[in-house]
Amino acid sequence: MTTGPVNTTTDEFAVYVDGLTRSFGETKALTGLDLVVVPSTVVGLIGPNGAGKTTAVRILSTLLKPDGGIARVAGHDVVKNPQAVRENIGLTGQYAAVDEKLTGRENLEMIAQLTGWTRRGAGARADEMLERFELTDAGNRPVGTYSGGMRRRLDLGASLVLSPSILFLDEPTTGLDPRSRGQLWDVIRDLVDEGTTLLLTTQYLEEADALAERIVIIDEGHNIAEGTPDELKAQVGGDVIEVVLADPTRTAEAAGMLESFSVGTINTNPETGDVAVPVGDRQSMIAGAVRVLDDAGIRLVDVRRRRPSLDEVFLTLTGHHAEDEEEDAGPDGMQPVEVTP
Amino acid sequence: MTAPAASGRRTLNPFAEWANDSIVITRRNLIGYLRQPQVLVFIFIQPVMFVLLFGYIFGGVMNIPGISYIDFALPGIMVQSATFATIGTSVAITEDKNSGILDRFRSLPMTRSGVLNGRVIADTVRTATTVGVIFFVGVVLGYRLQTDILHGLFAYALIIGFGFAMSWVAVFVGLSVKNAEAAQAAGFVVLFPLTFISSAFVPPETMPTVLQWLAEINPLTNLIDGVRELTLGIDSGGSIVRSIIGMIVITVVFSLLSIRKYRRLT
Repeated sequence: MTTGPVNTTTDEFAVYVDGLTRSFGETKALTGLDLVVVPSTVVGLIGPNGAGKTTAVRILSTLLKPDGGIARVAGHDVVKNPQAVRENIGLTGQYAAVDEKLTGRENLEMIAQLTGWTRRGAGARADEMLERFELTDAGNRPVGTYSGGMRRRLDLGASLVLSPSILFLDEPTTGLDPRSRGQLWDVIRDLVDEGTTLLLTTQYLEEADALAERIVIIDEGHNIAEGTPDELKAQVGGDVIEVVLADPTRTAEAAGMLESFSVGTINTNPETGDVAVPVGDRQSMIAGAVRVLDDAGIRLVDVRRRRPSLDEVFLTLTGHHAEDEEEDAGPDGMQPVEVTP
Repeated sequence: MTAPAASGRRTLNPFAEWANDSIVITRRNLIGYLRQPQVLVFIFIQPVMFVLLFGYIFGGVMNIPGISYIDFALPGIMVQSATFATIGTSVAITEDKNSGILDRFRSLPMTRSGVLNGRVIADTVRTATTVGVIFFVGVVLGYRLQTDILHGLFAYALIIGFGFAMSWVAVFVGLSVKNAEAAQAAGFVVLFPLTFISSAFVPPETMPTVLQWLAEINPLTNLIDGVRELTLGIDSGGSIVRSIIGMIVITVVFSLLSIRKYRRLT
């Protein structure tokens, strides 16, 4: 394969994106995305549905041409030298891109044969991948009989046949049950330990928090914030005091009373009686807050101090939640996300 | 960085890579057919039904001077089956596009035409099988080649070549439409009149003036007349050469259009 000229200034990055734009008719999917991924790190690209995450991944994996801007992967321009980019990447999209009529082994063999393995080499490579993803027993069954989690694992195996140095995971766990999701997370962590560079998109902040070293938040086609999960949480202003009311019907009332303690946006859940107040570094406010509520006769079942969740970060930065209302069930039906400091 | 597991890989020259990719995808598609018994049954039953329909139900009232009706109609049935089979090609391409597996192939460092070649070759094998089945069912019902085996094989090749060319049109349609239902509907709406307003089942001279005119300019009429020249020995006035030229033009134009479309999928 041709390697092409390597740009000396952007060569050090696994992924280098500068001012990327792309429209579909009237819809502006990307409006100037900037993104840098250092080799052997994990970057989480998070944002709501329609923020441009998938468009970005499709451009980086050469499936879609950008309208403007620069996108380089493994030192190669995605438009000028797509074949060299393809030599270095693996892609796992939102849908398991495997052939249902073929067996798991046949799927993997096919990918290997298409990328230059001999028939024998392809067989060995397929066995290796089946074993790695715990699919050896199911290897000779048509994929049509696989569970959702097995398909995703096979799909991930298919994108790793080439031993890519850079892996794009576009919402890899969307639609999976918690157990399958946990299994996939373990596999992803192993890949990271081996030094694979990972760009992961997700709507689940919990997922980005669990897997990514750096997070880039995008909204309406461009990045609005980035940093480590801790940096982003700090950006929102320190700690959060969370109280849980015995009587959830008084949630709004309690939130009103706690307004004076807040340094940001108070996040409430009227169904559970949960009120989360960002207090910055004024942690001593916890006593005052409890006293105010107690004086008003609002009984509490729980009081805790914690770091803000990424969802609260997102809410503060964008003015709306990361996950769509109808899809807020998320992997665990849980939101916002608990973070252990 | 990752372990260099690329030890089993080799570098192929561009032609070998092109051939390899086409063969791998062809095999994938043929396995797909073999794993769907219901599709196989359909591939064989439908053409057999047509032979029975035209041989027995219409055959009794059809009277072509000097030729038995089954000898006249079988070339038409074979060409019609080869034509209708391309609907399956469009549907399969559309399903691959929507299932995400085309994304997988497009993100691999493989040749751009491999996936499409593999589709067209596998479907041509399927068509060749179907047309062969029609021939044998026809023979059982009394069809007789009026020329010789070489001319018969030439006729067979002509039909398969036409099926191959039309598959490229079908690939282009499959890449262009949104879903399998649209591919199916588009194929049927175009191909149904195309096969019936032709010389496939009745001589165009027996049709009303407008239909007769349409039938005579229909490229399928040209092909079927060519096949009849080869199987019945009736001179068709150059239909064979025109058919071959037509197939080559269709193949070149639509393979290039399809590969371009494949590169630019979004």
